[in-house]
Amino acid sequence: MRDLILIALTGLGLGALYYLVAAGLSLIFGLMDVLNFAHGAFLAAGAYGTWWATGHLPGGGTQGWGFVLSVVFGVALGAILGALTELTLIRPLYARPIRQVLVTVGLSLAATALLRAVAGADPLRFPKPGWTARTTRVVGATVPNDRLLLIGAAVTVFAALSLFLRTTRYGLIVRAGVQDRAMVTALGIDVRRAFTLVFAIGGGAAALAGALGGVYFESINPAQGGSLLIFAFIVVVIGRMGSVTGTAVAAVAVGLVQQFANFYAASGLGDLSVVLLLAAVLLTRRATLTGSLA
Amino acid sequence: MKRLVPLAVVVVLATVPFSAASVPGLLPGPVNSPGSLRILALCLVFAALAAGYDLLFGRTGLLSFGHALHVAAGSYTVNIAVTKLGWSLPAGLALAAAVGVALPLLIGAVSVRVTGIAFAMVTLAFAQAGSILAQRDPGGWTGGEEGLSLRASGVPDLFLGVTNTVNLYWLALAFLIATVLVIRWANDTPAGRLWAAIRENERRVAVLGVHPYRAKLLAYVLAGFLGTAGGVVHLLVSGGSNPELTTSALTLSLLVMVVLGGTGSRWGAIVGGALYTFLDLRLGELSTSETLHGLPAVLRVPLTEPLFVLGTLFIIMVYALPHGLAGIKLPRRAA
Repeated sequence: MRDLILIALTGLGLGALYYLVAAGLSLIFGLMDVLNFAHGAFLAAGAYGTWWATGHLPGGGTQGWGFVLSVVFGVALGAILGALTELTLIRPLYARPIRQVLVTVGLSLAATALLRAVAGADPLRFPKPGWTARTTRVVGATVPNDRLLLIGAAVTVFAALSLFLRTTRYGLIVRAGVQDRAMVTALGIDVRRAFTLVFAIGGGAAALAGALGGVYFESINPAQGGSLLIFAFIVVVIGRMGSVTGTAVAAVAVGLVQQFANFYAASGLGDLSVVLLLAAVLLTRRATLTGSLA
Repeated sequence: MKRLVPLAVVVVLATVPFSAASVPGLLPGPVNSPGSLRILALCLVFAALAAGYDLLFGRTGLLSFGHALHVAAGSYTVNIAVTKLGWSLPAGLALAAAVGVALPLLIGAVSVRVTGIAFAMVTLAFAQAGSILAQRDPGGWTGGEEGLSLRASGVPDLFLGVTNTVNLYWLALAFLIATVLVIRWANDTPAGRLWAAIRENERRVAVLGVHPYRAKLLAYVLAGFLGTAGGVVHLLVSGGSNPELTTSALTLSLLVMVVLGGTGSRWGAIVGGALYTFLDLRLGELSTSETLHGLPAVLRVPLTEPLFVLGTLFIIMVYALPHGLAGIKLPRRAA
């Protein structure tokens, strides 16, 4: 029973990480038909930005509010990078989705390489606030706090995103745009500002995943974004692209399947079972992949 | 006249190993030195691999994220057969040929059922499964992260040793020529014309009463087979299998090569593949060269990363030359 709870919470923590990366990917795909390969770069920006801020930003640090401030800095960096990417690279190719995707491929190559050139290819030790290393007892199981932190962050982002989409005017435009972009444009609403906003939100969420992933894995490296991105892609597709709830459910499913397969089958089979899950879902569901936002 | 150009290119490429000229800055030594020939051979291999990928993406419009799987399958199949099972090279090649048909047939039969991004994702999923398998090293068969070097005693002397690098170069060239001929032949068949039609408008093909499924599967199997064969040639040229060959990064590189050169064009993918590989292999050297030494760090540091230069170049190309290098219009001379 204790094992079960620990594995479940670890799986949920990993799922939370996947959700943070996938939420932005899913919205960007749903709204703009762009499979954003540069998302890993936003994640890396968050991770390295936070790492830098803990040592250099005035007020930043590895403990307490100093760490919170450092994470905020990393997230802001990711959001700004996301918005800038949309404004400078994606927007000029308006209505040419394939070329937009290609540009994000180029950006992901260039950004990862630039990071490697500046920060080095070796993993950096990520400062972990003391309390995340401690444990909490949950129904008899001893659970490391970093997992609870991940789950809490993902739930907060999910709630905030749902609230934004349901109650604000921009949320309405994004929701309608995911359903039928042409119709929204025909009604005289400029969806392009929504594009920038969605990229900024996605970049910020991915950056948060980068910073919290640093806490969870205790180290960061330039290629980390890439490996998380593959799983985020899988989450986005299983969760029906563009659906916020679907993405959350899929992220939880993928995280749990991965952890349980790793524990009960064999270490390493977790990754494989996730891939099989994707293949099974795609083949049994032949309907259109872009779902509705709900 | 125009028909003679490819022939002249082939003749030049075939005689390159006889040249002892040195190209300072571009190649590490004289053209016929083993180091230079190896680089050129790898360029030819990837040019062929890019051409095979273009058969899917450029000509049939199938955006596959799983092409690396077939390349890796070729490399690992022959390597495991020769190195781990002690088979002879011809026996390993026969096995690779069987795998090269069976694996794409199996994966194609499943993934071609869906279209667009879903197709990309299914192929990605299968390739990812292969990549995980190769890196986990089940039963010690694949060598895991280290990769697996090819057992030298299982390879004919013809392809061994530094002095025989020239044979590997010719092997790579022969493979490129064979790939080009196969693709050109395939495009002229009725199936090839169907591919072009599917790329333009798949629904219309279906409405006309022709099944796009079989034509797409055929394209997938042919491209998969060429990829597998390319993996085998890559194994011989590089002397081993590397898990990097299995990753989606390889598929993305192939995509970049094809777009760089020009999708669906006659020679775009080949030029793109050769150029990308050359820059990837040589730009790293640039960092230690004298030329860059005087530059300020702001310029020097990014330039030491080949992928930074390639990624930036690629982004610029997507804007400036949407049709790739093949889209450049040379000024026509008056007849």
